[in-house]
Amino acid sequence: MIDFGFGLSRSSAVRLDEVDLSLYRKLEALEPGVRTCMACGSCTSTCTAGPWSGMSVRKVILNLQRGKNVSDMLQACMLCGKCTMVCPRGINTRHLILSLCRIYDEKK
Amino acid sequence: MIYQGKQKIWSDYQKEIPSDRWFYVRSCIRQSFFPASEKYFLHICRDLLGKDIYETEHHTTCGGIAYHCDTIPQETAMTIVARQFALMTEAGYKNLVTSCITSFGNYTEILETWREFPELEARIRENLWKATRREFEKPEYVAHASDLVYKFRNEIAERAKYRLVDAQTGKALRIVEHIGCHYSKMFPHKGIGGAEYPCVLSGMVDSWGGEVVDYPERRHCCGFGFRQYLVKANRSYSVSNTHKKFESMEPYRPDAIITNCPGCPYFLDRWQYVIAEQTGKTYGEGGFGIPVFTYEEFAGLMLGIDPWDLGLQIHQVAVEPFLDKIGIEYDPKAKYLGLNKEEILRPGLPQRLKCF
Amino acid sequence: MDSRNILIIGGGVAGMEAAKQLYRLGYRPVIVEQSDHLGGHVAGWFKLFPDMLSASDLISQMEEGLDGVDVYLKTRVASMNRLKDGFSVVLSNGTGLLCQAVLIASGFNLFDASRKEEYGYGVYDHVITNADLEQWFRTGADPRVPEEPSTIAFVHCVGSRDLKAGNPQCSKVCCMTAIKQAIEMKEKFPQAEVWCFYMDLRLFGKKYEDFYINAQRDYGVHFVRGRVSEVSEDIDGKVMLKAEDTLAGTQVKLKTDLLVLMAGMLCNEDTSSLAAMVRASVDSDGFLRSRDNIYRINESSRPGVFFAGACTGTKTVPETVAEARAAALDIHNYLSGND
Repeated sequence: MIDFGFGLSRSSAVRLDEVDLSLYRKLEALEPGVRTCMACGSCTSTCTAGPWSGMSVRKVILNLQRGKNVSDMLQACMLCGKCTMVCPRGINTRHLILSLCRIYDEKK
Repeated sequence: MIYQGKQKIWSDYQKEIPSDRWFYVRSCIRQSFFPASEKYFLHICRDLLGKDIYETEHHTTCGGIAYHCDTIPQETAMTIVARQFALMTEAGYKNLVTSCITSFGNYTEILETWREFPELEARIRENLWKATRREFEKPEYVAHASDLVYKFRNEIAERAKYRLVDAQTGKALRIVEHIGCHYSKMFPHKGIGGAEYPCVLSGMVDSWGGEVVDYPERRHCCGFGFRQYLVKANRSYSVSNTHKKFESMEPYRPDAIITNCPGCPYFLDRWQYVIAEQTGKTYGEGGFGIPVFTYEEFAGLMLGIDPWDLGLQIHQVAVEPFLDKIGIEYDPKAKYLGLNKEEILRPGLPQRLKCF
Repeated sequence: MDSRNILIIGGGVAGMEAAKQLYRLGYRPVIVEQSDHLGGHVAGWFKLFPDMLSASDLISQMEEGLDGVDVYLKTRVASMNRLKDGFSVVLSNGTGLLCQAVLIASGFNLFDASRKEEYGYGVYDHVITNADLEQWFRTGADPRVPEEPSTIAFVHCVGSRDLKAGNPQCSKVCCMTAIKQAIEMKEKFPQAEVWCFYMDLRLFGKKYEDFYINAQRDYGVHFVRGRVSEVSEDIDGKVMLKAEDTLAGTQVKLKTDLLVLMAGMLCNEDTSSLAAMVRASVDSDGFLRSRDNIYRINESSRPGVFFAGACTGTKTVPETVAEARAAALDIHNYLSGND
């Protein structure tokens, strides 16, 4: 192999029909409310941990729907429950986070 | 794919192309990349079809390459272009035909800009007068040389010695057509067939016996860009875009690629070498890669011009397997003979991509 | 029976409802419809949101109210001339009429989706429009719809909110139609993954938001905020699309068995020529200009000329029906000298 000093970059484009939704499907079974998220961002704007850690329940849900790993983000959650208070769709975000932690634990 | 649907769109994007009396402007880079393409375009038009196509040695770059590299402002490019118009006016021509796609885009963009901002045109006229004491008339028609070849595609087919057909199986060869971005993406109505389903090259392929391959990334840029290649630190995404196109066309097993831009055939050709050396992957049959041609080279091959006279030895991807498929005669030993029939230097061969 | 004729241009739901009400008020409405059937676009629909009412049942029911009303099908208005107290009208079949009032209910045209060339309508094998899908719901016959699709995608705002297509306004009904159709497809093909690509979800009407929540919660329809930018056909004949997932900030691609384009509403192509005949004015959006858009939507700037339905802007079916009734009353007041 020749080193040209540059090479192929990896595309960041996501193939939606090839995304691994297994974690998301498990979460749906434990917390069906996750499906009703409409990405309003209330949870993120009110998040205690958000500004310091990048935690965002909206992003957790979206990333999971796009097959990405969200375990790092979960670590930052303080389980204060403010996001549950503000969610207009009444999603039990606290239960959502705890269920997701359990799913990741079982994976280990 | 519904062919009639494309035909319907093509009918919306037909452009008027006068059949004679053209002022030809060459490309800055094509004579080094594809040394015989422009020569054979002139040969086909003048000697075979008997057209009046004039060129002058006073013609320079149109400035498009520098403009797209952000090294000169558009007004400088405009003044350079104004000078080319002056040369055309002095020679008594009204139809401009460009060899380069970026020139075509540059001329078109400038004329459209002047149409919208006549005060800018007035300023450029003044610039040109101050700098060179020249005056000009704007062209009545601007065409890309591929527009002319498209217009004459059936005349070329009538005179053709070969067709884009596999001589063994009798099947049409599968050809990918790649259109330069500056041909019609900026001004769809200036290109034959528009920007979404251009038919300038596919029309040639159809009329010369080939089968056009339509693949998902057909609209994608070849990856050249300008700064994207010229600055080494940016080349990763130049080659990544080319890679994306090859990955997308690979399942269709194309026999060749036809292009109408100076940069595209160069990068689609050379990056196959880089991709092969970096990843070990080659496209096309037998590890040879997919050969890439200019439309003039294709026309020349169909008309029976010797492949080495057409400059095909300059290509990175070997053209011989493709010539063999069609049954085009050539002398393998003459590949690296100069015009004086003496041996010129032979290039080193790549490790991964098979070559002769 | 009052012998006064009222010309109603257009036999869609607006024209039909207005004719029925005017007939009941004792006038002689005359419907002139260019196609061969009454019911307009609604007649081509399968079920109507939010009650999932059968469109053909609605049209049959509305037709029953037209007993005694003169209906000219496959007929156009050739000319209209204002007289001292009415209009002299000539129809394309040669019939001449004297009318005391004119109601324009000429409706809308569906945006020609092939104009968005990047979506490949009419070029790719499995790209259809919202109207094609409704037709398929009704007839089951459309070779473009695969037998067992595993992926189905909807593109909102095709030719709506699109300055380049010359149509800046929101077509209003497409978001809700897409969700309705997504649910209908999910009911037919429970195993299929259904994707909606939207710029904004505009779910303003009664029960619309309920449909959205149902689509998410009960049917697992995926919503991606981002407009599909280009579509192509893959080697297996399936449709490949590109969009940005704007909430994630990444490019996404989707390979789908069926792509449904939510073609928007344009003013009827005949609107401006009709307007010219009675010297009514056309608004900047190409639709007819009402005296105002709040209180006098049914009224033109000319005496005796009234509007109902989507000829003045994009409307839902219930809005159109309500406007038709209002227009009938406006005409009644006008002819009774109650203005």
